[in-house]
Amino acid sequence: MSSVLYDSPGPLARRRELVGSIVGVLILLGLVGLGLWYAAQRGVFDADRWDVLYDPPKNQTAANVWRSLLVQGLGATLRAAVFAAPLALFLGLLLALWRTARLRWLRVPAIAAIELFRGLPVLLMMFFGFLALGMPAFQAVVFGLVIYNMAIFAEILRAGLASLPKGQAEAAYAVGLTRSQTLMSVLLPQAVRTMMPSLIAQLVVLLKDSSLGFIIGYAELLKSIQNNSQYFGPQYLVALFTVGASIYLVVNLSLSWLARWLERRTSRTSAPARDAEMVAMQASGSGIVSADT
Amino acid sequence: MDVIADNLPAYLQGFSLTLRLTLYAGGLALAIGLVLAAMRVSPLRPMRGFAATYVELLRNTPLTLVFFFIILVAPRFGVLLPLDFIGFAVVALTLYTAAFVCEAIRSGINSVGIGQAEAARAIGLTFGQTLNQVILPQAFRTVIPPLINVFIALAKNTSVAAGFGVVDLMGTGRRLATANPGGVTWVLVGVALGYLVITITLGAIAAQVERKVAFTR
Repeated sequence: MSSVLYDSPGPLARRRELVGSIVGVLILLGLVGLGLWYAAQRGVFDADRWDVLYDPPKNQTAANVWRSLLVQGLGATLRAAVFAAPLALFLGLLLALWRTARLRWLRVPAIAAIELFRGLPVLLMMFFGFLALGMPAFQAVVFGLVIYNMAIFAEILRAGLASLPKGQAEAAYAVGLTRSQTLMSVLLPQAVRTMMPSLIAQLVVLLKDSSLGFIIGYAELLKSIQNNSQYFGPQYLVALFTVGASIYLVVNLSLSWLARWLERRTSRTSAPARDAEMVAMQASGSGIVSADT
Repeated sequence: MDVIADNLPAYLQGFSLTLRLTLYAGGLALAIGLVLAAMRVSPLRPMRGFAATYVELLRNTPLTLVFFFIILVAPRFGVLLPLDFIGFAVVALTLYTAAFVCEAIRSGINSVGIGQAEAARAIGLTFGQTLNQVILPQAFRTVIPPLINVFIALAKNTSVAAGFGVVDLMGTGRRLATANPGGVTWVLVGVALGYLVITITLGAIAAQVERKVAFTR
């Protein structure tokens, strides 16, 4: 798809672009090749630096290595996220509802909690659970993730509620629904639907942040890479890191693509009022710049 | 409570390092992110592809992984940067944040009404003129609040450096916590106050700017 910023190229420009593209790609490939050649000179790609993945030394089988990476490492990462995400969503929902309280002094604690936890690093909250509350590493990781992300989820839901047209609440009151009925059966379902892409994007962030457990000593994916490279020797670090980074990318990219797919679907079927900031951060499909590369 | 007062100099040192990390990495990420955003909307397909790939990769990689790569893995490739841990932290934070800066700027460009670009094209402005004289001046205003949000996230993200040998605010808290096992809670409250000073200030600025920009559109 072409952009409105420039004419769709004619035959001459297209030929020029083709030549430019080929030259650009060649230069890029050349640079990458140079880098790889330099690395290869240092023996990065020698088989004895990668055999840890298929024929590891020290009487270990490849299955052992992969099990420690995938089952223990990735498993621990996912376990932290799977425990933290529903809890954070639930508490975030509570906070978001609390925030809509009609009495000002009732509302204030919720706003204060959201603003406070949004402004602190996740790592600090993990350390708080780990050092101050004396939790084991796993609980501390979940604690940090829950406290931080519940504030973010509450904020996303608030933006979702604010983005709904006023008529929705007015109509609900007009047909005689109570405040809580209006919120639960009219406003919230729409807000969740509108904000679904943001919620999933935040889930990716949550999953990414679980890697901070590495710093407080939780044995997640990154830690298992380090443990393996300490056990088998530092020459395997590149191979193990490549595998670990690929695992992260596969998991996160698929979640991101799910978010984008959902966004395309919802933007086609409904056109709710837009909260400029939230939508702008997610904007991809419609606009001056086309989403595809 | 006394723990904070007793160790005020250490806290201030950590705070100033956190602030410096944020400023250095923020400035560099802004520059790289601007270039990436320009590449992302450019007519040349390889440039668009490169910028899009970079953003997509870095946005889906945990920051801890980037730190791990710069400090432990890159030297194995023969990339030996003549830097200390603070320098490594700035590099990692810059590479990571640049992707988010690019996205914020791109979304700002997207928020300008499509008719603006069409009108500019219709009176015969070139790509560069359209971008520089019509789109970017308008995008600039909407882009500031999301950009500040990126910098708030950066200020919080600098804490990851504490896990990789940097004694910033978080690292100071870690040291003090080991030194004062009895007052860990207060030690960490002190650290939290330091971060809140940065994030709440930036957040207030963002809200202010947002209010100012709001009525123009």
